Amino acid sequence: METVLAIVCGCLVAGGIYLLLSQNLVRMLFGLIMLSNAVNLAIFVAGGLTHTQPALIAAGDSVPGASMANALPQALVLTAIVIGFALLVFMFVLFYRSYEVLGTTDTRRMPEDGPARAYPSQNTTTRQEMGP
Amino acid sequence: MMAISTHNHRSNPWPGRLSALLPLGLLVGLVFQAPRIQSGRPLALAFEWVPGLNVHFALLLDGVGLLFALIITAIGLLVTIYADAYMVGHPQRNRFFLYLHAFLLSMLGLVLSNDLILLFVFWELTSLFSFLLIGFEHASAQARNSARQALLVTGCGGLLLLVGFLMVGQVTGTYALSELPGHAAQLHRHSLYLSILMCMLAGAFTKSAQFPFHFWLPNAMAAPTPISAFLHSATMVKAGIYLLARLHPVLGGTPVWMTTLVLLGAFTALWGAAVSIARTELKSILAQTTIMALGIMTMFLGGRSAPALTAAMTFLLVHSLYKSALFMVAGAIDHQTGTREIEKIGGLARFMPFTAAATLFATLSMAGFPLFIGFIGKEIMYKGALTEDVFPGLAAGATLVSNALMTAVAATLVLRPFWGQPRKVHPSGEAPWQMWIGPLLIGGTCLGFGLIPDWVGHWLVEPAVRAIHVTPVDVELKLFYGFNTPLLLSMITILMGGSFYVFRRWLRRRLSQLLPALPITTEGLYEGLVAAVISFAKWQTRRLQNGSLFQYLVVIIGATVVSVGWVFLGSAPLSALWNPPEFPGWLGLLLIAMLMAIGIVVQARSRVLAICGLGVIGAGAAILFLVFGAPDVGLTQILVETLTLIIVAIVLLRLPPIEPQPDANRLQHTLRLTLSIGSGVLVSAFLIAVTQHDVDRTITTFYEQASYIQAHGRNIVNVILVDFRSLDTLGEITVVAVSALAARALIRKKRSAP
Repeated sequence: METVLAIVCGCLVAGGIYLLLSQNLVRMLFGLIMLSNAVNLAIFVAGGLTHTQPALIAAGDSVPGASMANALPQALVLTAIVIGFALLVFMFVLFYRSYEVLGTTDTRRMPEDGPARAYPSQNTTTRQEMGP
Repeated sequence: MMAISTHNHRSNPWPGRLSALLPLGLLVGLVFQAPRIQSGRPLALAFEWVPGLNVHFALLLDGVGLLFALIITAIGLLVTIYADAYMVGHPQRNRFFLYLHAFLLSMLGLVLSNDLILLFVFWELTSLFSFLLIGFEHASAQARNSARQALLVTGCGGLLLLVGFLMVGQVTGTYALSELPGHAAQLHRHSLYLSILMCMLAGAFTKSAQFPFHFWLPNAMAAPTPISAFLHSATMVKAGIYLLARLHPVLGGTPVWMTTLVLLGAFTALWGAAVSIARTELKSILAQTTIMALGIMTMFLGGRSAPALTAAMTFLLVHSLYKSALFMVAGAIDHQTGTREIEKIGGLARFMPFTAAATLFATLSMAGFPLFIGFIGKEIMYKGALTEDVFPGLAAGATLVSNALMTAVAATLVLRPFWGQPRKVHPSGEAPWQMWIGPLLIGGTCLGFGLIPDWVGHWLVEPAVRAIHVTPVDVELKLFYGFNTPLLLSMITILMGGSFYVFRRWLRRRLSQLLPALPITTEGLYEGLVAAVISFAKWQTRRLQNGSLFQYLVVIIGATVVSVGWVFLGSAPLSALWNPPEFPGWLGLLLIAMLMAIGIVVQARSRVLAICGLGVIGAGAAILFLVFGAPDVGLTQILVETLTLIIVAIVLLRLPPIEPQPDANRLQHTLRLTLSIGSGVLVSAFLIAVTQHDVDRTITTFYEQASYIQAHGRNIVNVILVDFRSLDTLGEITVVAVSALAARALIRKKRSAP
């Protein structure tokens, strides 16, 4: 069971890295989403999948009875999902913004000395696009 | 606001003046300890500092420590008074006094430490404050460069010194200086002896400006003159001498010690003395003679006879006195006339009588005229040189020539500026009293000590020599030892010095032609080394930080895959991990759907298709969470995935379509494939290896047991998040908030941009 999920994680990582190395902002964005999913899944799988009962204490009991799923990695993954989401959103905005300022999604064509040179020409088109 | 605060600093001299109480108090305290030290009972104080490493905050006041501590506090006091007038009106006046006294305390700590590691800490602190004080006029590029050079040279020496100290600790098992002489035989026989010695000498020679590290000291004259008088003649540069004296009973007495110290010391002395003749700027001349004096002391510490060590300790005292006085005089002349060029000034004695008197006393001591302490110092030097174990002839010759040149320089220093006809530059009168009282007191001491040499020997020199000599010795300083070789050599010195003075212009001309013609200098080597390091750094920055995001990612991912893969696969081959997976059919369907979705996203030409693929992957993960007992995680995953995809869709609407963008060349494509497959394989292998062992559920069990009893919650995952690890959750919320703010700022900036 764990072995096959481990392979899925590996495939997600491989696809994510492949897209991250694509030098295109949109593909890199997809790669980041895949990597984020891969990491969450990996933490979950590493906690063991032998028991599938949710980690809940039945009403009336003060300690859990039967063996249940590992609660600790679940808590970690919950945190990781939310933090990953926050970082992804920031990356999206950053990519969007750099496209606006630099005028390309191809990282090879971005000017090395930053937006200073690229900004004035881009600025006019941006304002027209956005409108009042 | 700025102007007002600057004005306040300028007009309030009292913090600086009151700070003179610090050296005064310390000096009085030390004087009261003198009888105890003289009777051979050192004062010790120790606290545990880092007991795990056997490092103690241990202080010890013995003969050597007392001699140095008295010099530091006495000259520190006079320099503080002097600087009160010298720094008048300087906007950073209070900072100057702060650095000055911080240095004074570090230097005191250095000479009082009884623990090698503590000594190292103070050693580096003195280098640091020297750096700050040389670069005090930080608006000047020359001051900054000199400060950096001094810091680099003494700092590198300091690091080697630390290595030496650690090796001593390894060999002897103790860092206590007072216990080390007991381990001398063990150290001498040890195979690390030579390495230890070289490290120690590197530390001492860089600090005390010995050849080939002498070049930083003349450049350090960029510091304000009170600093040159205090740090770069009387105290800090003597730290190397102090270390050599301290280590003498521990590492000294071997042929390599004696040869190295005598040869390098003699060469440094002759070099400094010769170059000083070629200089015409007061501070420059004094810096070169300081190098000469330090060379002489090093040379005498190379000996092991009582006269050689007595000569080193006596000359230490003699030199500290006359040299600090002369530096203060140089500053006073500069202050009153605006120049330090010796050829531009003359006849100052009638305008500046007190300064002239101070100079006269100090230079007479420097030249070694009878009745002055310098004379006694010179007598004992010749006696010491003749008892050196190695090269006594060379030592005596080097001493003779250096002393003769010194006499000529001393004559130049007092006769050129103060006597003769007034030259181009006229002084504006006598310097403020703060600026001549110190030199005059020191000059008077040079004479006073010369009149009571047995008192000086009894109270100052003998305790110091006893602390560094293996067997107890009696030191007798006398005005007249009888007609013997040293007296004859003293007479020859004065005659030679006189003739050098007469021919000084010719000597200066020849030397000024010779010195720039030298094909190679150690300063040139140093500059070359620094330039090489900088150009290497530039080259590698250009190579590594070339602005290509692709290359950065390749380096980061490649380094991770290769280094982790190397270690991991070396210990567990892939084949050992493989066992045929078993899983129910419905799971197989789900996984196949996810793998296909990965393929679709990777190959996608259409944005909508890619978003669908990402949706399948996210939903698949959510189903896996749900099935394997994590409903909370599954729900969160669905929620977050939905939000993510909505935002992606919004962002993609504003980005251009994904154009097919082939890799630039075959190599790039191969790299991409290799790295992505490599990292995928590595992650899979890791996870398989991890899951092959039973998971340690100790912590989980604790949460399961405590969830209801302690936190009154039945959903264990939720209890962990909001109760046991609530601070983590707070951190998580903070990340979300910061990220939202940053994203908002990025969008806002565009709208408000002109």
